[in-house]
Amino acid sequence: MNEPILEATQLNKFFRLPEPFQVLKDISLSVQKGEFITIVGKSGCGKSSLLYLLSTLDTDYTGNLSINGSKVTGLNEHDLSGFRNEHIGFVFQFHYLLPEFTVLQNIMIPAMKLGKLSRQQIEHNAMQRLEEMGIRDVALKPSGKLSGGQQQRVAIARALINNPGIIMADEPTGNLDSNNTQIIFNIFRQLAQEGNTILAVTHDKDFAARSDRIIEMMDGRIIH
Amino acid sequence: MTLPVNLLISGTQLLARKRQSFIAMLGVIFGIAMFIFMISFMKGVNNYIQDTMLSAIPDVHIYNDIRTDYTSSVTSIWLRNDPDKVVVVHHPRPEKVRLNLKNASLIISDLKTRSDVEVVSPLLSTQVFFNYGPVQLNGVLDGVNILEEARLFSLRERMMTGRAENLLTADKGILLGQGLADKLNVVRGDQVTLATPAGNSMRFRVVGTFSFGLSTVDNIKAYVSLSGVQQLLAKDHDYITDIRVKLKDINMARDLAVVCRKKYGYKSEDWESSNPSIKAGNLIRDTLTWVVSLTLLTVAGFGIYNIMNMVISSKMKDIAILKAQGFDGKDILMIFLSQSLVIGILGALAGLLLGFLLSYGLSRVPFPQTEFTFMKFFPVVFDIKYYFFGAGFGMLTTFVAGVLPARKAARVDPVAILRS
Repeated sequence: MNEPILEATQLNKFFRLPEPFQVLKDISLSVQKGEFITIVGKSGCGKSSLLYLLSTLDTDYTGNLSINGSKVTGLNEHDLSGFRNEHIGFVFQFHYLLPEFTVLQNIMIPAMKLGKLSRQQIEHNAMQRLEEMGIRDVALKPSGKLSGGQQQRVAIARALINNPGIIMADEPTGNLDSNNTQIIFNIFRQLAQEGNTILAVTHDKDFAARSDRIIEMMDGRIIH
Repeated sequence: MTLPVNLLISGTQLLARKRQSFIAMLGVIFGIAMFIFMISFMKGVNNYIQDTMLSAIPDVHIYNDIRTDYTSSVTSIWLRNDPDKVVVVHHPRPEKVRLNLKNASLIISDLKTRSDVEVVSPLLSTQVFFNYGPVQLNGVLDGVNILEEARLFSLRERMMTGRAENLLTADKGILLGQGLADKLNVVRGDQVTLATPAGNSMRFRVVGTFSFGLSTVDNIKAYVSLSGVQQLLAKDHDYITDIRVKLKDINMARDLAVVCRKKYGYKSEDWESSNPSIKAGNLIRDTLTWVVSLTLLTVAGFGIYNIMNMVISSKMKDIAILKAQGFDGKDILMIFLSQSLVIGILGALAGLLLGFLLSYGLSRVPFPQTEFTFMKFFPVVFDIKYYFFGAGFGMLTTFVAGVLPARKAARVDPVAILRS
């Protein structure tokens, strides 16, 4: 299957403050469906900036970006939100679970926002995701009562709830001990094998080594 | 029931910090409760003061004023309007004054046909002296048709002894102001002797005493029948000096006075013109009440604004992740604005209830009794209008206080939060 799910051409981004600085320089990138890609590079090389730009959260750039065959450059805030809801799953360095809600509710919220399935169906899917993450038993706990590794697994389950076309991860293991890092590694590997497209920023060499393709960045350019 | 996801989030967040939400709500509750309480009490006070001050004042008073216009005086007749001559007359005086209304019975029957008129009461009033041994007490004797006078000034409620109707049955009966009766040391059944400035005198039998709660009235006024005064003054039976009118709507007095002045040609005074201090007092108390109440409600609004700002500052990460997951600015606005509105609406309803209870409580507190107060309890007005206004303004304040922080939340840039 040689079908690009994400295509970026000639992306440029500038920071104006504290002083004018070009953080991304003429980046062109194509991601195939089912690929597990990691972006590596030193701090400040622009890898996170690139990820936020590719994930449509950052719209302050020049160039063109298409995801799933539709052009997202130039869409308004409302349409971009809808697009992210349906097509992009996010995993960050921190879990960012909503503290007032249970684990199950946290996972269900993006699907309820999408509103394509009934509550029962969403709950069923969410339980299934938890099962896959091996933490079915914490479903009804408040999200704050979980360990760091469990919280990150809940965050992954939440990213997957709408069956997104692409999963974007920013240092998903950056805040975990080695044991939990291993668990998250395995989950990502498993997801890749199941045919999910994953785009992850990391500075963990082991993590990158296990991906399909490594994109290395330096000073705002892709060098490898 | 499935709540929209925005409201689910909003409700869960609100319930997660019950204490904070409740404190924000307390501000609204007290603001609105005090507004209701103050406005109900102030309106009660206004009504009481107005009732007391107007108790002895008719809505419209028609009488024959002494004219001070002497342009058509004798000089024009003597000098035959010669333009070359200027005549200056110092201190002119009228030759002869008759203060009665010449066509009184016509005016009365005409006024009675008007649908907005409740009572028309004719009056013949004169200065008199009450003989008390060697002392003569100054007083005013009003000759009235007692049935109409009773309706005009609610006399029946003001009788201290005897009944107003006694004037009809007793021969030469008189009703005395309570203060006057006390000074004269007479009670019901005693006789008093009156003398007019012209020197006529007559004896009347006291058939009752009354009190308006105003010493200016109670200490000088006495009622007898219209014919009683006409006899005392040696006038014929249609000699009447004043006509007093009570209206169904007291606020129409000014208009009717103008109509009467034009139609009958006599001086017509409405209660507002003759007592401007009543209106002024009402205005001052109303202004004070509204200023204090609106300040309270605005302060309550600032309470909500503060708390929502704090909440949003502590929820930046949640807002960022919600935005990343597909909630747009409008959703975020909804989530936080709805929290403020729930606080506002519940606070407003609770405030109305508390305000009603406080007002009701006050209306059951006995008013300190004196000889001249007719009020048993503190005066409180219950008017649904103020409840609607309080609720409406309370919700408006909450909306404004909620929309500002919520807009700030809606504009959060998720990248800035998630990257840090």
